[in-house]
Amino acid sequence: MRIFDPHIHMTSRTTDDYEAMYAAGVRAVVEPSFWLGQPRTSPASFFDYFDSLLGWEPFRAAQYGIAHHCTLALNPKEAGDPRCTPVLDALPRYLVKDNVVAVGEIGYDSMTPAEDTALAAQLQMAADHGLPALVHTPHRDKLAGLRRTLDVVRESALPVERVLIDHLNETTVKEAKDSGAWLGFSVYPDTKMDEERMVAILRAYGPEQVLVNSAADWGRSDPLKTRKVADLMLAEGFTEDDVDRVLWRNPVAFYGLSGRLSLDVTATEATHEGNSILRGQPRDEPAPDTADATGA
Amino acid sequence: MTHPHAPAGQDADTTGRPAAPGDGTTPAVTPPADLRRHLAARLDGAARAWLDQALDEATAHPGTHGPISVWELRLAEAGRRCGPDHADAARVLILHTAHADAEALTRVYHQGTADERRAVLHALPHLVPGPEALPLVEDALRTNDTRLVAAALGPYGARHLDAHAWRHAVLKCLFTGVALDLVADLDRRARGDAELARMLADYAAERTAAGRTVPEDLHRVLALTGSAPTQGDGPDAPHGKES
Repeated sequence: MRIFDPHIHMTSRTTDDYEAMYAAGVRAVVEPSFWLGQPRTSPASFFDYFDSLLGWEPFRAAQYGIAHHCTLALNPKEAGDPRCTPVLDALPRYLVKDNVVAVGEIGYDSMTPAEDTALAAQLQMAADHGLPALVHTPHRDKLAGLRRTLDVVRESALPVERVLIDHLNETTVKEAKDSGAWLGFSVYPDTKMDEERMVAILRAYGPEQVLVNSAADWGRSDPLKTRKVADLMLAEGFTEDDVDRVLWRNPVAFYGLSGRLSLDVTATEATHEGNSILRGQPRDEPAPDTADATGA
Repeated sequence: MTHPHAPAGQDADTTGRPAAPGDGTTPAVTPPADLRRHLAARLDGAARAWLDQALDEATAHPGTHGPISVWELRLAEAGRRCGPDHADAARVLILHTAHADAEALTRVYHQGTADERRAVLHALPHLVPGPEALPLVEDALRTNDTRLVAAALGPYGARHLDAHAWRHAVLKCLFTGVALDLVADLDRRARGDAELARMLADYAAERTAAGRTVPEDLHRVLALTGSAPTQGDGPDAPHGKES
């Protein structure tokens, strides 16, 4: 089974997670830029974070046979902080980079005028750079947030077919699907979706344009939720082809809209003993076989 | 014996990634005209047309202009246009054609992805005669990205790093699994270096005391210093596969 986690914050995860993800079948991830739990106070903090998503994190992922791409943006939670909004001015310089496969996460948190401005500006940047957009829907007042999000998308230069609406659930899936956008679902231990509800939604709405992610980060979350959804799909009568479509082909198709998705992982196989990520872990096994990830 | 300036035939380093495009030429030591011929023979039609246009633009508009020079945009997108095997060479050619000076190289290094930074390091020996770009080499040596560490130890680093920094870089290669074949001018700089020999011997002793094998490369570079071999257990398994 090959799995593409289209939304996971690996910066917050350990190498144990990378190992477990590889063992579970994960061969590709997209890491959207988001907030770090602790508010940032200057654009420079964002630039170091973006540099990490374009350098160190793909290097770490490659050592576990996993292709790593990112989406970059000023996130909704910090879009209202005037100390951070200059990030918008610097984003074009980052959006030209090879590993950037979408603008994101953008969207609403509290639905403020500052969030309106940041969302509209960044949808325009996506259109200008030939990139799709990953749009998060708010945790509070979700259905109203979805409707306002779709209005802003329709007014933007970016076609809705190049937008992935994320963190959907039973109350928002129908309107999102009717809009023509791609449909993202985050499967969490407690909040957002769980495996059973995810399978029920797939049964009701079909697998077309559906992406399932773990959205694992620094909070209570599980980077193996993608595999757990796949296992439950099979147990509930979905075919291997359905699973491959939702967990691999759909995310490849969506992020492939960027023209920048490169799924050939060259495991770096660099060994580190004192001062790098392998830190003296003896490894007898050969470098991970990346054949699964290179076929698509 | 290592031939850091003529690495033909060594087409992969321990990172598992080709150290250089195709047949083992490395973008840091191959003259740009040869790099261009090399790429022209290997890129597909679309990629070759893109590179030709990018180089024409860099020829017409070198240096720094506007909020972002057009060659800087081309530098950013070279990976997806030319493919990962040829990106380093394509980026070195763009930098060379744009006559990027130390100031411009410093800017695009700091604004670049890891891949762009590696290309800047490869371009230094072609573009910067003096030591003014040394801070970029030092920055790369502070990272734990082995591809950057290896690129930092090309001909420019060999020429300009002082003895202390160079010795620590060699030791870092042994720690992180960067093949010493990738270190430019290793023979000349290691020869007669008693302090390097001491550091290597201490490291070998530390490994042995911990019950671990000593990297084969360590014995090789220790021999280059002219010191006696350590009491090791000889060549070991590929680095990092020990247990």
